Amino acid sequence: MSKIDELISKLQEVANHPKKTVLEYKKQGKGLVGIMPYYAPEEIVYAAGYLPVGLFGAQKPTISAARTYLPPFACSLMQADMELQLNGTYDCLDAVIFSVPCDTLRCMSQKWHGKAPVVVFTHPQNRKIQAAVDFLKAEYEHVRSELERILNVKITDMALQEAIKVYNENRQVMREFCDVAAQYPQIFTPVKRHDVIKARWFMDKAEHTKLVRELIDAVKAEKVQPWNGKKVILSGIMAEPDEFLDIFSEFNIAVVADDLAQESRQYRNDVPSGIDPLEQLAQWWQDFDGCPLAMNPDKPRGQMLIDMAKKYDADAVVICMMRFCDPEEFDYPIYKVEFEKAGLRYTVVDVDLESPSLEQIRTRIQAFSEIL
Amino acid sequence: MYTLGIDVGSSSSKAVILEDGKNIIAQAVIEIGTGSTGPERVLEEVFKDTNLTLDDMANVIATGYGRFNVVAAKGEVSEITCHAKGAVFECPGTTTILDIGGQDVKAIKLNTDGLVMQFAMNDKCAAGTGRFLDVMSKVLEIPMSEMGEWYFKSQHPAAVSSTCTVFAESEVISLLSKNIPKEDIVAGVHRSIASKASALVRRVGVGADLTMTGGGSRDPGVVDAISKELGVPVRVAAHPQAVGALGAALIAYEKVAKQK
Repeated sequence: MSKIDELISKLQEVANHPKKTVLEYKKQGKGLVGIMPYYAPEEIVYAAGYLPVGLFGAQKPTISAARTYLPPFACSLMQADMELQLNGTYDCLDAVIFSVPCDTLRCMSQKWHGKAPVVVFTHPQNRKIQAAVDFLKAEYEHVRSELERILNVKITDMALQEAIKVYNENRQVMREFCDVAAQYPQIFTPVKRHDVIKARWFMDKAEHTKLVRELIDAVKAEKVQPWNGKKVILSGIMAEPDEFLDIFSEFNIAVVADDLAQESRQYRNDVPSGIDPLEQLAQWWQDFDGCPLAMNPDKPRGQMLIDMAKKYDADAVVICMMRFCDPEEFDYPIYKVEFEKAGLRYTVVDVDLESPSLEQIRTRIQAFSEIL
Repeated sequence: MYTLGIDVGSSSSKAVILEDGKNIIAQAVIEIGTGSTGPERVLEEVFKDTNLTLDDMANVIATGYGRFNVVAAKGEVSEITCHAKGAVFECPGTTTILDIGGQDVKAIKLNTDGLVMQFAMNDKCAAGTGRFLDVMSKVLEIPMSEMGEWYFKSQHPAAVSSTCTVFAESEVISLLSKNIPKEDIVAGVHRSIASKASALVRRVGVGADLTMTGGGSRDPGVVDAISKELGVPVRVAAHPQAVGALGAALIAYEKVAKQK
């Protein structure tokens, strides 16, 4: 097995077996704190000496008990998270951080049925004013003090600065990885690319950074080969299950960049430097853009995607529309018009973790590849 | 040169033999689709009255839901591309296509050269599909082939507002129990299909030249209801059910011609 294959395989093992991975950390004495989607300040957990664990549902879960608490029109990500709470999958967690940027999450935060205590906080939506930073800093103070109480630890400013450094290094290496992966689509199939990124949700970020750094260096030693297929950008909340991404490979389509909440939106920008770590983390939220869960009346997402398509020489954008995600759905008519004006090709496919309608998606992707 | 197109759908299998990319030599439709004997039988059927065999075909392209399971095919092309190709062949100048199949509804937008620019398909829902019509015809005890006649008799179409086929079926049963005339219920059913299917057309943009394909377009009531809903005249392809297979046969021809 080549060095590249070995490293990808290690990261895929993590992405495909998250519970096994995080329980291994627990066995070694590291506590676990769940991070509900979206954009919770993982650095506070990391500074507490705990492992932040992403709670991005599961691939093709069987939803049963969750139906008691959620209506059918809650997105399948939240349905999956509710099911995993109820069936005890999340009982290994010592605490959970819950942000509430959409209506479903707001309700979910009040219906937590896992054993771990939950810390809920609110992201301000009027984000571009100083009061937003002040408000979010106060919310993060609450998260810090609650975690200190629940976990019986002290979270110092120094530990927070160190965590910010570790996370920023991971963000930088991930941005570099995405650029490199775009040049080597023969190596990074859509699933492999996704798994390398997904692994960061279940690993110590410093360890993830080290592995990805090694991977980048190994890949860069290879010659760039011409790509005779099409190139696309994925945009939305997430692009799972793996069979969904395999359809792109089937039709020789490379994912050269993404704008997914589970992936690049996490490391699009760094936490700025400063002397007050919680204020710096709050500032990250103010600087962040291009996600419908982070309100911006100027709606920059369309232009961001148009620029991204130019940068990566992408043929099109594939909108991975999480079924029943109204923030994502409300954004669509706005950037759709902008794409059409800019001559950028696009298509929309449904993302449903529970029953993904793969045959329909196969037809859509094949048809789309035929017209590009 | 002969080419063959096979369209294996969810509820029917279709095949077309084309000569030199111009003349339809034979076409066949078998009313069962993927996962059944339909694909085999449609091949037998399409060759039946010709002196040709599969070996005489310069190329075979499969399309439709079951396209990856057609052993005879040398390639697979999506039904979107095939319907576009077939519809433009049968109705030159078409810029918008609405295909109502057994399980899918597709709206396709073309440019003036007949190239697909955008498309939209129904989601996980049978509303607006042939299956919806099929379910309602059973409840109403009217054969599918006669639904159109009943539609044109209606003076006061009933409202069938449920978006779900199962709920709409209950709604129709409820209308029947209230002794609402059957023709008015049929018209309500047609309007319901038109409303769902037209929403897809609006999503890609309504062109002045709309062509309908698929089994659903064999029902003149559906065609009329869609024309009224969208406010544009609607053309129906000459072989509405076989348009996908025709497109596949045309693409099969083009692929061989390109290599020469």
